[in-house]
Amino acid sequence: MASTTGMRTQGAGRGRSRTVTVQRWGALIGGGALAIYGITRRSPLGVALAAGGGTLALLGTNQRSQNRKPSTSTTILIGVSPREAYQFWRDFNNLPRFMNRLERVTVLDNRRSRWTAIGPMGRRISWETEITGERENEYIAWRSLPNSEIQVDGRVEFEEAPQGRGTFVRVRLEFTPALGMSSTLANFLSKGADFAVRQDMRRLEALLETGEIPTIEGQSHGPRDFVTGVARLADPSRSIPRGENFGQVYAERRRGA
Amino acid sequence: MKAVCYMGVEDMRVLNVPDPKILNPRDAIVKITSTCICGSDLHLYDGFIPTMEQGDIMGHEFMGEVVEVGPGINRDKLKVGDRVVVPFTIACGNCFFCKRQLWSCCNNSNPNYWMAEEMMGFSPSGLFGYTHMMGGYAGGQAQYARVPFADVGPLKVPDGIPDEKLVFLTDIFPTGYFGAVNADIEEGDTVAIWGCGPVAQFAIRSCFMLGAERVIAIDRFDYRLRMAEQGGAETINYEEVDDVVQTLKEMTGNIGPDRCIDAVGMEAHDHGLVYMMDRAKQMARIETDRPIALRQAIQACRKGGTVSVPGVYAGFDDKIPMGAFMNKALAMKTGQTHMMRFMKPLLDKVESGEIDPSFVISHRVPIDKAPQMYKVFRDKQDNCTKVVLDPWADGAKAA
Repeated sequence: MASTTGMRTQGAGRGRSRTVTVQRWGALIGGGALAIYGITRRSPLGVALAAGGGTLALLGTNQRSQNRKPSTSTTILIGVSPREAYQFWRDFNNLPRFMNRLERVTVLDNRRSRWTAIGPMGRRISWETEITGERENEYIAWRSLPNSEIQVDGRVEFEEAPQGRGTFVRVRLEFTPALGMSSTLANFLSKGADFAVRQDMRRLEALLETGEIPTIEGQSHGPRDFVTGVARLADPSRSIPRGENFGQVYAERRRGA
Repeated sequence: MKAVCYMGVEDMRVLNVPDPKILNPRDAIVKITSTCICGSDLHLYDGFIPTMEQGDIMGHEFMGEVVEVGPGINRDKLKVGDRVVVPFTIACGNCFFCKRQLWSCCNNSNPNYWMAEEMMGFSPSGLFGYTHMMGGYAGGQAQYARVPFADVGPLKVPDGIPDEKLVFLTDIFPTGYFGAVNADIEEGDTVAIWGCGPVAQFAIRSCFMLGAERVIAIDRFDYRLRMAEQGGAETINYEEVDDVVQTLKEMTGNIGPDRCIDAVGMEAHDHGLVYMMDRAKQMARIETDRPIALRQAIQACRKGGTVSVPGVYAGFDDKIPMGAFMNKALAMKTGQTHMMRFMKPLLDKVESGEIDPSFVISHRVPIDKAPQMYKVFRDKQDNCTKVVLDPWADGAKAA
C-alpha cells in the first residue's frame, strides 16, 4: 500500500547536512537568478551569463555530501500479519519470486545462502550472504561475505500496523561501491536500486495479499511497432537484458505483451 | 480470434490475433457474446490519453460465458459455463482498498502501477483495454478475453434475460448510478447534469431513483436531449442559450442546482474564447483536458452543494475555479466506479423490470464494423448514442 522511499546519506551529521543544504540552495537560487538575468539580456554576454548560471544551478541540484555509502530504503504496508510476512521472507527461496533481478537463491545452511542475480548487460553475479542478526517476526539482517563480487548489506523489519491494517515492511539496502567506482556511478546505481526495490516490494505486496503478481506478459495483442519496442527498452520496470544481443532483445520487447 | 486493435490515433482495425491464455492462477477466459464502444474509448481514439501502444486490444465493456478458469479460482465462485458480466475495473478483493469497497482503487491489479504513480501519486486499479498506464490489459472488443482476479469481478447473471439488457452492467449503468450516488442527493433536490451521453442517461434515471425532484440535462444534440426528456429530465441546449450558468440560475429561482454532475469529462465542447484556448492548449499538449463542464458545474452549483464527476479526466487542467469551490463550501466526489458495490443491486433492478437499460442502444453491428463506428460515435453521426458489437455475427466469423 502506501510506501515511502528515500535516499539516505550515511555518515552525514546534522550540522554537516545543513551546510550542504545551504550550499545546494545557494547554488540553485543564485545560479537560477543569474540564468534568468542572462536570458533577459539577449546579448552574447547574456548568453554566457545564462549558461554559467544554469550550470551553477544544475550543480546545485546535483550536489551531495561526500563520504556517503549509497543506500536505499522503502516501507510498504502489506495486509498480512508480521508473522506471515516474516516467515515468507525468512525462507530465502521465496525472494526470487518477487525480486525481479534475483535469479535464484540457494540456501546453504541456517545462516548462509548463495544469491544469483542478473546484473547490467545480462551478466550473472553471484555472491554469498550470511544472516548477521534476526528476531522472529521482527527483523532479519544480512550481509554479503567479504570478498564477494558485490557488497550489499540488507535489513528488513516487520512492524504491526495499527487498526489491523497489516504490517509495515521496511527494507533497507546498503551498497559498498567497488574500489575505483566513481561516486557518480555509485549514485546512478543506487538510484536504479531505489526504483527496483520499490517495484520488488510492490510485487511482494501483491503476492502476499492475493497469491499472485499481476501481469500482462504473454497476453494476446495486435502487431507492435517500432515505438513500442523503443519505449520498452527504456522501461525501468523490466529486468535487464539477459546477455542476448541488442537486436534480439529489441525484437523480443517489441513482440511481448 | 478477432479483436479491435488500436493501431494509432483514429486508426482502429479488426485483426486476427492469438486467443488469450490463462497467465495467473486466478485468471479466467471468457467467450464474449456482447461488447460495446464506450464514450471513454473515444478519448483513446482521439489520442488524448498517453501510453497506448500500437496493437493494444480495445474495449472494457463486455459479457459472455466462462470457458476456462485458472487453478486458483474457487469453483463455488466461478466455473466453466457461467454466464457473466465483466466489470471494467479489475480488483483483487484482498487489499486495503478492496476490503473497504473502494474497488476501483485496488492496489494490486495494475502491473504498471509505477507509470500511473508518476502521474497521479498512486495508481488506481487496472482497467481492461485502457492504456498501459492503467495496466495494459487486453480489452474486450474481441471474441475472447482474459479476466484477471475472475473470482472477484465477474457478476453471474441468469439465463433468460437478453444480453442487451445486461451488458451495460459492465460499466455505464453502474457508472451513471455511481455519479448520482456521489452527488449525495437528498429528497427534493434539483440535479444538473452536464452531457447527455449514455452515462448521463443512466445518471438521470438514477437521480430519480435516489429521490431527486428535478433533473436538468445539458447537451447540444437534440436527439440526446430528447432521450434525456424521455427519462424525465428538463433540458438545456447550450448552443441555444447565452450562458448555461445564468440559465440554471433562472431555472432554479436564483439558488442554483443543489447537485451538479459532470458526465462529460476531458473533451468538452463550448463556444467562446476560453474553449478555443483549451482546445489549442490540448492540441499543443500543454493541457491534457478541456475541463469546461467541470468549470461550469462548480460555478453553477448552489452554495453548500455537491459536484460529482463521473466524466473521465486524464491529467492536468487549467483554470479550475478553486475560489468559487472553496468560498461556496462545495464538496466534490469522483472516481472510477466501484463496480462490485453496484452490479448486483442494479441487476436486481433490471430483473424486476424497474429499468430496461437497452434504451440507450442506437447501433447493433458486427465487430467488423467497429472501426467505422468509432468515427460515427465520435462525430455523433446517425444519432449515435451507444454501439453494441456482436463478435460472432455472420460478418464476423472467426478466421
